[in-house]
Amino acid sequence: MAEIKPRIRLDKKDVKKGDTVEVKTLVSHDMETGLRHDADGKLVPRLIINKFTCELNGKLVFECDPESAVSANPYFQFKFKPEESGTLKFTWIDDAGTTTEATETIKVS
Amino acid sequence: MSHALNRRQALAVGAGACAAGLGFAAGPALAVNDYAEEIIKFTGGNKPVGARVKLDLPELAENGNTVSMAVKVDGAMTAESHLEEILVLAPNNPNARVVRFRFSPMSVPEAATRIRLAESQNVIAVAKMSDGTCFFTAREIKVTIGGCGG
Repeated sequence: MAEIKPRIRLDKKDVKKGDTVEVKTLVSHDMETGLRHDADGKLVPRLIINKFTCELNGKLVFECDPESAVSANPYFQFKFKPEESGTLKFTWIDDAGTTTEATETIKVS
Repeated sequence: MSHALNRRQALAVGAGACAAGLGFAAGPALAVNDYAEEIIKFTGGNKPVGARVKLDLPELAENGNTVSMAVKVDGAMTAESHLEEILVLAPNNPNARVVRFRFSPMSVPEAATRIRLAESQNVIAVAKMSDGTCFFTAREIKVTIGGCGG
């Protein structure tokens, strides 16, 4: 499969303790439902991203289990209040086990 | 509006009846999947209360392939009772489950994504708190062109 390139946007990366950070993520993926037939009438096997996680210094911030009813090129938006500076790690895993990772740094003062 | 209210009541009663082991199929005959079972699996048999959850969907979606959806839970989050999970269900999709969000103590109790809807239906969001209480809401959406399979 073509390389999946994630896009991540944080509304701020330098925050005060207690501030809310909004995270928007978008990753390219067909999210093949397993319900569609190809031109020869054969069922196209399911291939979707079934797990998305966001961790701050190894601590879970947000997790999501998308099903086939999540649109192609899945977009997730969530908010959180970081308690410490560090690295935000984003991970997407699909049915084939393909893992896509991205990181962002965040500073809390 | 009265239609939506009836649906909600039917859902609450149906889920409660199943949880109580009465064993009759919950929900209206329209649903094509086992969403009522998914609710019970998710809540662990606790009867969800129709409050606090806000599900934001357009009233009309021209293209069921990408429908913006946002969900949030109102009210104060405390150490004893904060939001743990939200499950979104589409009773008229081939598969009931749409997406499941898991929150942490750092989270703000809201999330958004884009979903596929096969046809017009009442989308359901169920929220589970850390103390086991569950809340839900349902929202009707009209879909012009379905977005599953094709």
